[in-house]
Amino acid sequence: MVGQRLLRPAAQLLRSSPSALPRCSFQKVSAPAAASRWRTYATPSGTKEMTVRDALNEAMAEEMEKNDKVFVLGEEVAQYNGAYKVTKGLLDRFGEKRVIDSPITESGFAGLTVGAALAGLHPVCEFMTFNFAMQAIDQIINSAAKTHYMSGGIQPCNITFRGPNGFASGVGAQHSQDYSAWYGSIPGLKVVAPYSAEDAKGLLKAAIRDPNPVCVLENELLYGLSFPMSVEAQSDDFVIPFGKAKIERPGKDITIVTLSRCVGQSLVAAEILKSKYGVEAEVINLRSIKPLDVEAIVKSVKKTGHMMAVESGFPSFGVGAEIIALTAEYAFDYLDAPPIRVTGAEVPTPYAQKLEEMAFPSEQLIADYAAKLLKV
Amino acid sequence: MLSKIAPRAFTAPVRYSAYASPVRAAFSPAVVSRRTVTTDAASTHAEKSDIPDADDQPFTVKLSDEAFETYELDPPSYELNTTKNELKQMYYDMVAVRRMEMAADRLYKEKKIRGFCHLSTGQEAVAVGMEHAIEKTDHVITAYRCHGFAMMRGGSVRSIIGELLGRREGIAYGKGGSMHMFSTGFYGGNGIVGAQVPVGAGIGFANQYMGKKNVTVSLYGDGASNQGQVFEAFNMAKLWNIPIIFACENNKYGMGTAANRSSALTDYYKRGQYIPGLKINGMDVLAVKAAIQYGKEYCAAGKGPLVYEFVTYRYGGHSMSDPGTTYRTREEIQRMRSTNDPIAGIKQKLLEWGVCDEGVLKEMDKEARAHVDEEVAAAEKMAAPDATPEVLFEDIYVRGSEPQFLRGRVPEENYYYPDREVQVPKSPAQT
Repeated sequence: MVGQRLLRPAAQLLRSSPSALPRCSFQKVSAPAAASRWRTYATPSGTKEMTVRDALNEAMAEEMEKNDKVFVLGEEVAQYNGAYKVTKGLLDRFGEKRVIDSPITESGFAGLTVGAALAGLHPVCEFMTFNFAMQAIDQIINSAAKTHYMSGGIQPCNITFRGPNGFASGVGAQHSQDYSAWYGSIPGLKVVAPYSAEDAKGLLKAAIRDPNPVCVLENELLYGLSFPMSVEAQSDDFVIPFGKAKIERPGKDITIVTLSRCVGQSLVAAEILKSKYGVEAEVINLRSIKPLDVEAIVKSVKKTGHMMAVESGFPSFGVGAEIIALTAEYAFDYLDAPPIRVTGAEVPTPYAQKLEEMAFPSEQLIADYAAKLLKV
Repeated sequence: MLSKIAPRAFTAPVRYSAYASPVRAAFSPAVVSRRTVTTDAASTHAEKSDIPDADDQPFTVKLSDEAFETYELDPPSYELNTTKNELKQMYYDMVAVRRMEMAADRLYKEKKIRGFCHLSTGQEAVAVGMEHAIEKTDHVITAYRCHGFAMMRGGSVRSIIGELLGRREGIAYGKGGSMHMFSTGFYGGNGIVGAQVPVGAGIGFANQYMGKKNVTVSLYGDGASNQGQVFEAFNMAKLWNIPIIFACENNKYGMGTAANRSSALTDYYKRGQYIPGLKINGMDVLAVKAAIQYGKEYCAAGKGPLVYEFVTYRYGGHSMSDPGTTYRTREEIQRMRSTNDPIAGIKQKLLEWGVCDEGVLKEMDKEARAHVDEEVAAAEKMAAPDATPEVLFEDIYVRGSEPQFLRGRVPEENYYYPDREVQVPKSPAQT
């Protein structure tokens, strides 16, 4: 029975010739190119280009300006200007009281910032990468996320954990993991994963203002990419509400639900699908993992009848798995084919480039797999 | 080598000492003299002639020379100012804490309390002595053995017992249980061993950031003292000169593992290395008060953190499921109870100093007992939280800032939050 269920016709089709699927080439076709290509369709006057890095920096600076309870603490955030330069200039602007270099002591400084939040401050706790936050995950989950509930709703914890998460380039297994699913599973936490500069600014500002603990899962490879910032987004009051996905590209044939860096890849894949097969893919940028915008997924699936989740985390029990489960629960009747997912491979990230390429989704793979689902 | 000898001398199970010194006067057992700090609960002295008639007139008592042991620190004054009223209040508070813990013990055995329940019987002097040295604007955070602290910080007996019983009017509305209680200047009640120590450092950090002159006491046990993040907290606290007292309650056993079986250095007050330390007779409520009072002034003067070690003893098991007799002898427990009890110690002093007579003490005992009984009865009458989705799903996020819905066991049980303004609670702990 199990075998039969696993080998439903569509699944069989998709399984038929895995070797025919081309190897990825994500390092050649880059997300920024894709993004700007897409974005050039509509660029109202007054927009300006901004990197994700600068958007994050601006978000923190604006919130620190607004509220002196906000401070930034993390490794190398002050004098070094940030390991990835995200906090560049903040020390000069706000002084060492509010921009604090921490010793390399994740569990300790995560706990310390949580304590500061419990006592009424609004810390921004930067992890050099979320890979290191694994040392501190107890503080994030047990001390930050659960306290409000355990106290019967009398003890808030307004804290923002942020840093790069997931795939980076050539950094091996211990520095490449994607924790979206880990944090996304915890009630009491909010989790966002910005893709563009607007996302980065709007979500980080919303995270700092949100009275709950929020994890902002950034991506190192996106930091240097430029995106247009609308006039609205340039305002110091620009926030993006959590739990609302963004349709990055409207389409009618297949819904691609994705997040973070994979949004860019999916946009490129959508262009490939269009030029090669004349297929219009709808690309949904989740923006927020918890809460997750199920409504946007269902609406889109209603329209397209096909759903593909694209993410770069490990496949088992992952974001893609959750999206498929939700689609099955809420939109099964609208599906014309089984929902599918493209994920990272179930492999500790290898160092050698060609092997690494095989471990993560690529634009071509996303496009080909979608084409397969659509039988085009 | 010294470090190898010293800890053994300190942690040697009391039963061995019994053979070495079979003759012991009550309240000054030879066994405790083997430890570097006395655990004699009645070792404080006062000249009868110094004691005033009036209940509110201050007078000076002198702590035992063995009340403290210092590490890179000038010892606190061995003289402590107090009043008859305060001494009586201390006695009453300790009796009340013990009464409450005994009530919890009974309720647990009646199967009315679920899950974990860690009692502090025997350790009352720490919670009570500390409260008499700090203000409500000072901050305290501790681990899971928290009932006494919650009460001393201002939690009512009925709200604490109500919480243990899982009632709606419990101190955490029945959501926290035995290990999670918040009160005035009190941040819990934390269940992960050692995790509260850096959190405490953060509370101290916040106070410093906001320019408050108050002190934070971050308590942990001898078991937790080996957690890596405790040392991480020490490092940051010293580095940033955070006004905090890291206070190890050394009750000799981390769960069932004796201190010398878990710790390479059992001088927990020296564990801060670059942080001055103080070891304190944690059975003498007056020594505890003197130490915390000193630490509060030390921190307020901007001298940075301190590491304290309160030498104390837990009469009961680690938790209710532990009879507490497999890793120590009944004789050891009995000896501590009969010769080092903090309540018996202060009682002896009250009588000796003529603060009050036996009758008044009996009256206070009765009053504490009646109060706790009354409160427990009230707690038992409290209603359990309604088993409704509204109650189950409330307060996962700050009101008004929730996701649109959260998932139940099946989609049909999903809970949709009402649309409302964000209402950030003002924590009672943030004083």
